[in-house]
Amino acid sequence: MTLLAAEGLTLAIHGTPILRDVGFAIEEGEVFGLVGESGSGKSMTALAVMGLLPNGATVTGQVAMGGRDLISLPEREMCALRGNEVGMIFQEPMTALNPVQTIGDQVAETLVVHGAASRGEALSAARARLDRVGLTADRFPLTRYPHELSGGQRQRVCIAMAVALRPKLLIADEPTTALDVTTQAQILDLLEGLVREEGMALMLITHDLAVVSGLATHVAVMQTGEIVEAAETEVLFRKRAHAYTRALFAASEHQPDRAVGVPPVPEPVLEVREVVRDYTLPRSSLFAPAPKLRAVDQVSFRLAAGESLGLVGESGCGKSTLTRAILGLEPLQGGEIWLAGAPVLAPHVPNEVRRRMQVVFQDPFGSFNPRHRVDRLVTEPFHLLGDVPDRARRIDEALVHVGLTPADKEKYIHEFSGGQRQRIAMARALITRPDLIVLDEAVSALDVRIRAQILDLLADLQAEYGMAYLFISHDLSVVRAITDRVLVMQAGRIVEAGETEQVFTAPAHGYTKDLIAATPRIPSEWQAAGLVGA
Amino acid sequence: MARYVVTRLASLCLSLVVASLVIFAVIEVIPGDPAAFMLGLNAEPEAVAALREELGLTGSVAERYLSWVGGMLTGDFGTSYTYRVPVADLVAARLAVSLPLTLYALVLSTAIAIPVGMIAAAGRGRAADIAVMGTTQLGIAVPNFWFAMILVLIFAINLRIFSAGGFPGWEAGFWPAMKALTLPAIALALPQASILARVTRSSVLETLGQDYIRTARAKGLSRRQAVIRHALRNAMIPVMTIIGLQFSFLLAGAIIIENVFFLPGLGRLIFQGITQRDLVVVESVVMLLVFSVIVVTFLVDIAYAAIDPRLRRRG
Repeated sequence: MTLLAAEGLTLAIHGTPILRDVGFAIEEGEVFGLVGESGSGKSMTALAVMGLLPNGATVTGQVAMGGRDLISLPEREMCALRGNEVGMIFQEPMTALNPVQTIGDQVAETLVVHGAASRGEALSAARARLDRVGLTADRFPLTRYPHELSGGQRQRVCIAMAVALRPKLLIADEPTTALDVTTQAQILDLLEGLVREEGMALMLITHDLAVVSGLATHVAVMQTGEIVEAAETEVLFRKRAHAYTRALFAASEHQPDRAVGVPPVPEPVLEVREVVRDYTLPRSSLFAPAPKLRAVDQVSFRLAAGESLGLVGESGCGKSTLTRAILGLEPLQGGEIWLAGAPVLAPHVPNEVRRRMQVVFQDPFGSFNPRHRVDRLVTEPFHLLGDVPDRARRIDEALVHVGLTPADKEKYIHEFSGGQRQRIAMARALITRPDLIVLDEAVSALDVRIRAQILDLLADLQAEYGMAYLFISHDLSVVRAITDRVLVMQAGRIVEAGETEQVFTAPAHGYTKDLIAATPRIPSEWQAAGLVGA
Repeated sequence: MARYVVTRLASLCLSLVVASLVIFAVIEVIPGDPAAFMLGLNAEPEAVAALREELGLTGSVAERYLSWVGGMLTGDFGTSYTYRVPVADLVAARLAVSLPLTLYALVLSTAIAIPVGMIAAAGRGRAADIAVMGTTQLGIAVPNFWFAMILVLIFAINLRIFSAGGFPGWEAGFWPAMKALTLPAIALALPQASILARVTRSSVLETLGQDYIRTARAKGLSRRQAVIRHALRNAMIPVMTIIGLQFSFLLAGAIIIENVFFLPGLGRLIFQGITQRDLVVVESVVMLLVFSVIVVTFLVDIAYAAIDPRLRRRG
């Protein structure tokens, strides 16, 4: 039986069209996947259903649920419906909870606000719901505050809050995008369990085709405010009828052309020897010695010129600290780091050493000064080189190499898309002609199609310039596509190292096995039947 | 939480010591001998020396500093050169006016500003918001002595509800004293309330944009419930900082309003102390003000921790 049916949903915000004639139906107790790239209107579709659109939004069409039209329902009745009949969770669990209220109060509030229980009853119900989402009373009493929990735990609290009144529909907007792969697997598992046990329907919004493939009964693909294809999951995955769907699949399975087989180079570009980084934690009492956290523990590896090395691990495993140490931004408590025959000693790394390594960060929006033009942004590392005579030519050259045009140097960063910004970040990294580029989650924030393009660009640039890449990511499929060797890091240590294909096909360490098992995958027989891809 | 309070207290004591050293040093380097000044140009050197002795201006710097601090700790703030009475009595009498006036103005300002700021934020860009922004702009721009004179003109001269100035003393009874402080408190509160309302508005607006407000709405809270239950407490953190600063400012910064209303407050005392080179008074009142600033800051810190659990663990 149909639980919710949207029809002719059209939305504009301050006159800009966002959704065009969106229609879909969600059956009772099923998982409905809504897939698309950022900006395609997935979240706005969900917010339109919830009646939580931003100011300036005008919406037409119908969303029928239980004989009512949610679009025309008065705000009072929508308040009664939200959280009661339809619950919702969001992408960013770190900020989704009120930092000054206990988790117990926040879960109980769902019941209290709907008049379903007194405060005391609501708290005991909150306890039961938190138990159900895997936050047990011994470790997670109701008096815990959000800042005492990890991202995955906070997302569990959000789920407990959203399902506290056993709604008929739960809308999950990119619920695992901000989480590690193992945490993602646990959260998806939890959602699946809730759907099964409580007969709740789930509207799962994601950019990740693999995530929906394992969960959803029906899938709809969205592009620029329209649903371009919708079908039963397996049918859609096998047929890939629409050109855009095919492009999405191709991009997510994309394998950049890379020169196979790195010529053996005797001298490594980067050598990390038994590096140790300790952080001093706050003292527990005034006279006790301050406890230490070993973020990086005896890590050693070598990276040859022209080689791509992947570094994978969950958040908190120490990969960011190690990256910062390699860049000369963290003092070491042991071991040493050598770059092209010179030691990297934080905090005073000589310019001659620093110019040999550059970095590209994850966030294409936050890593540029918005008030500088591109020519200035790209030439930021020039201070490492001293006097650069052919400055203008090198700017043009760098921009052309990353697939932009010399005319782009006059523009400001807000005039570019996310993918273009990452190209500019690459241009900035290339301009000193470094021996090593550190790519710290450099493609993680990009949509699949853009990500495929950037991966191609990385492969081309490496073939041309022969620099080494240290590729840090939590996304195993990307690491598999772009690296020759891979290091697996857990709790500050490298637990496994080897040829990428070898490690992925036959992982030796238990942790590597867990990571690979937790990665959602599109069933191979579905891919095989596809017209394009594989 | 206990640890947090203890570290805050330690920092409070340290600040007081540093402040006392700075104040003492500044007073030391000011040119001019208070004793010579008080006795006039034709004074006998012996008489000046005797007065110096009496005022405690002899002895080494360290001795004088220690006796000054020691005196303050035991409630002895020295004797005023000009009034020839203990500074402690003088300050106590002035505080009996300034402290209630400050609190009165602060309560008025807070009671008006927070609801007004919230209403403006809730209806951002609408008529109420525009009215609030316009009025507060005016409230900040208008000099408060001018506003005070307008108040006198309307309520004292035309309507004859309040008196135009003076202070009957607390001996006259609570209500008459409060009545005498009402117009000055309103005059003081206007600019403070204007600033505070704007801070509240922007703080609430910022909080309303947070993800947890969206979460609260998704739970079924109405817009108003989300503001009251989730936005308000988070939005109060910057607001409290401003309230703390305003308290310290009002305590001694009311001098113009004190003059308009002929109130014997702390502001006038320190002003007279400076013009008459009554350094004992200046030193003590400044120290008292520093003390109040530090104590208020401490209280604001404790209030932060009470509001925000993330701060409680830090030392």
